[in-house]
Amino acid sequence: MKTTFLQRLDQVVRQLLPFSLTLLLVLLDAMPTRLPGFAAVAPLLPLISVYYWAIYRPELLPPSVAFALGVINDVIIGTPLGVSALVYLLVQGMTASQRRFFHGKSFLVAWWAFGLVAVVALMLQWILVSVIFGHMLAPQAVIVEFVMTVAFYPLLCWLFARTQLALMRQ
Amino acid sequence: MKQHSGTLGRLATLKLLAQRFAFLSLVMASFALMLLGKADTVLVERVRVAVGDAVAPLLDVMSRPAGAIAEVVGAVHDLAELRAENVRLKAENAKLMHWQMVARQLDNENRAFRQQLNFIPDPDPSFITTRVIGDTGGAFVHSMLINAGGRDGVRKGQAVIAGEVLVGRIAEVGQRSARVLLLTDINSRIPVVLEGSRAKAILTGDNSDRPRLSYLSPNTNASPGDRVVTSGHGGAFPPGMPIGVVSSVQDGVVRVEPFVHRYQLEYVTVVDYGLPGILPSEAAAGEGRDR
Repeated sequence: MKTTFLQRLDQVVRQLLPFSLTLLLVLLDAMPTRLPGFAAVAPLLPLISVYYWAIYRPELLPPSVAFALGVINDVIIGTPLGVSALVYLLVQGMTASQRRFFHGKSFLVAWWAFGLVAVVALMLQWILVSVIFGHMLAPQAVIVEFVMTVAFYPLLCWLFARTQLALMRQ
Repeated sequence: MKQHSGTLGRLATLKLLAQRFAFLSLVMASFALMLLGKADTVLVERVRVAVGDAVAPLLDVMSRPAGAIAEVVGAVHDLAELRAENVRLKAENAKLMHWQMVARQLDNENRAFRQQLNFIPDPDPSFITTRVIGDTGGAFVHSMLINAGGRDGVRKGQAVIAGEVLVGRIAEVGQRSARVLLLTDINSRIPVVLEGSRAKAILTGDNSDRPRLSYLSPNTNASPGDRVVTSGHGGAFPPGMPIGVVSSVQDGVVRVEPFVHRYQLEYVTVVDYGLPGILPSEAAAGEGRDR
């Protein structure tokens, strides 16, 4: 069976989904929400995306793409260049290397593991930013940001799962 | 057969090695980027500004629904409090009328004095009002993207205000977008005075909602409720712009509650006072070329 041009285009678009969804989350993080107190502790939504795809479709969001998304995030959000790049890269590598552990495990296990990954990721980001700026950042906001990120996991996870079922069935 | 599987095994090992190598080089690349960001700030800034310009229209469109939702919520809220608000405003109006009278008298008096002293007034400022299109969330940086840039006359180091109060300063300028460094950001330093005692200090952001006053001389008495305004030192901002009030004094650490709330900012005004600023390099050079 020969694939037509449109079928191939369709394939490419589907394969670009993890990347484009993560990019959308980066932009969403940069959007003004006008909620009191929210901006300072906005959840790190792209982190959830990188983690999710590293477990379920690592070939569609390989280390190089995670790195690129991190650079884009740094440039748009204004964090020191390279910090998010390293964090996303390590999250992708760490998760993808352990992905067999998640097969057949319940959602709660994945959520719990995400908590661990997020602790490491935010601690690393906190240390790197503190070193680069030469000041110790107050940890409170980072802790709240961690809680927010973990709290947003189920919602995004559900959305990703729906997307995966609807558009990326193999 | 055995040899064949051996080759396959070797190939797989090679592939794994290549993958590991690629991963490691990406890790190295991240560190290289961090070093580059520290060393060559001009190049990194140029990249940031270019990307900022590219995503500005997208963010502009995306930020509109958020604004609309906030407006509807605000409208319902306002409707509920209409009566109380009316009473409060009437009282406030009476008070302000009185203040207006005082201000007129002082203005006349001032003008007379200035004429006598042959005083040279500050240049009149020019204003650029623009929408906030990006409020970069997160605990690590406090900055905003605005929908105006170099082509609209925005220059690095200019003051950004909302209403009458200081929001921050312009840190990076692109063609159609610019980044505002909020006064709560860890890299923000603003020369200020306490309005009552005229004690000078530097308002130092630390990524918390309440920036700190540093270099305040130890024998000044700062107490909660003191108004903090810009001092105009260093030529970055004009003197007397309101910033906030002292909120707490604990163990010699004085914290200031800014008047401006980050989440309320929908439109901000970039003000050009014609001051040279603490960041003379690019802005001044650019103006020099234009002339």
